[in-house]
Amino acid sequence: MLVLNNIEVIYNQVILVLKGVSLEVPDGDIRALLGANGAGKTTTLKAISGLLKEEDGEVTDGSIEFNGERIDKKSAEEIVRMGIFQVMEGRRVFEHLTVEENLRAGAYTRRDKKNVRRDMEMVYSYFPRLKELRHRVAGYLSGGEQQMLAIGRALMARPKLMLLDEPSLGLAPLLVKEIFDIIQRINKEEGVGILIVEQNAMAALNIASYGYIMENGRIVMDGPADKLKENPDVKEFYLGLTEVGKKKSFREVKHYKRRKRWLT
Amino acid sequence: MQYFIQLIVTGLVLGSVYAMVALGFVLIYKSSSVINFAQGELVLIGAYMALWLTVSLHIPFLLSFIITLIFAVFLGFAIEKLFLRPMIGEPILSVIMLTIGLSVFLRGLVIILWGTETRVFPQIFSETPIKIGFVRISQVYLWSLILSVIFLVIFTLFFKYTDIGIAMRATADDQTAALSMGISVKKVFAMAWAVAAVVAAVGGVLLGNINGINISVANFGLRVFPVVILGGLDSIPGAIVGGFTIGIIENLASGYLDPYFGGGVREVAAFVVLVIILMIKPYGLFGLERIERV
Repeated sequence: MLVLNNIEVIYNQVILVLKGVSLEVPDGDIRALLGANGAGKTTTLKAISGLLKEEDGEVTDGSIEFNGERIDKKSAEEIVRMGIFQVMEGRRVFEHLTVEENLRAGAYTRRDKKNVRRDMEMVYSYFPRLKELRHRVAGYLSGGEQQMLAIGRALMARPKLMLLDEPSLGLAPLLVKEIFDIIQRINKEEGVGILIVEQNAMAALNIASYGYIMENGRIVMDGPADKLKENPDVKEFYLGLTEVGKKKSFREVKHYKRRKRWLT
Repeated sequence: MQYFIQLIVTGLVLGSVYAMVALGFVLIYKSSSVINFAQGELVLIGAYMALWLTVSLHIPFLLSFIITLIFAVFLGFAIEKLFLRPMIGEPILSVIMLTIGLSVFLRGLVIILWGTETRVFPQIFSETPIKIGFVRISQVYLWSLILSVIFLVIFTLFFKYTDIGIAMRATADDQTAALSMGISVKKVFAMAWAVAAVVAAVGGVLLGNINGINISVANFGLRVFPVVILGGLDSIPGAIVGGFTIGIIENLASGYLDPYFGGGVREVAAFVVLVIILMIKPYGLFGLERIERV
């Protein structure tokens, strides 16, 4: 179980980005973290995975615990070894390595090298397309295939918790559905906990059991995914609907923009 | 014709040494974007170390060669730890200046320890040249070629199949993503320096056996520049192909043109080719063009 307790993140020792974020991800659960651009979602993920330190960011207050152990002072490498793996935004596959070498890079921290081969087959069973492409250079794969590779690469580390940063970025709607289905299957079959950051709120809430909504470095609302989907504010600002099932009319938005109040 | 083939063969030998040293150069550039101006000094130190072990301590050549390689590994680790590690995150220009400083420092150290006069390895290979077909090749040349080809193959396999080799290439590709895999970037940098020092030492020992050693061996670092730029600064196969190409071109040019110009063509030839190649393919022959999907 991952617990973020009131964390504060400061970049370059001056810019306060997260102002007291608390959230938790129980083992084997899928949770969604939603919010507009610049709300601090990616920063939250980087704070968890330890990548923040590379960008001169620092957790200055609060604590991050994974299975009861503080991890906010640990290095990215140690955190991966503990079982938390971040799939970074924009896929970030190693472009000049082949698909198979990318997967091996994902398994870098594994001690049980003899099982790597078997897990590669497991990844191929989730993403049969990757098997056909396994000797291809990753830079020439399509966006969807690269996203599959990025998720597959994460699976190779056998994580207990996966942090997915915008897996739907730049993908066609059909592919988004496919990827989300597979994420759900991975969660069920491998028991991997998942914290997913998304702009595509509907897709994320459909697979998550619980959601958090972030704005300006704070969590402004949280609740079970079904509840969030019904909430009028969430509907208006994230799902693009006004009344139930009705498309938003942009003329109305201009004149009567709802003030965000975030009442639960 | 026989003269031509003779030139090609000696060019291959010279080229294989170029390829070795260039490999180290490319590795450091690839993993950390640092242009290592001290590569030539690593060659120098490797050569003197082996010489010192063989001549002064009377250790058999093969053993002293192996000790030199082990020493080079630690030298690489030490340089990375002491000088490069504190510079992580600093502007790349400062890091390059640091390697220039390092080269002067190491060169000075060698002069203090071993002096400046040319010294030669004791005769290790017999002087009688071997005849292959109608080409005569001296044994030193033949062994140098064989040894460096072996090392090049070992390193190619290392990068292709070992975990740390893949991690090194991954880091070269995308440092932050590598970090998110739990790859220790510091360890990768340290490995790059260790490998660079080892290949430089091998190059140094081979050169020393062919020509003898003095302080000017360090200039070899600069002569490797055309090689790496020809092959592409960030390409390992490029370093190998570039090494052989430049070796052969230098030899042919000096073999055929020196009589007309009164010598010195060897030094110029590589750079002429370099300029031409860069005009046609600015990334070098094998350099990574940024992959862009359309």
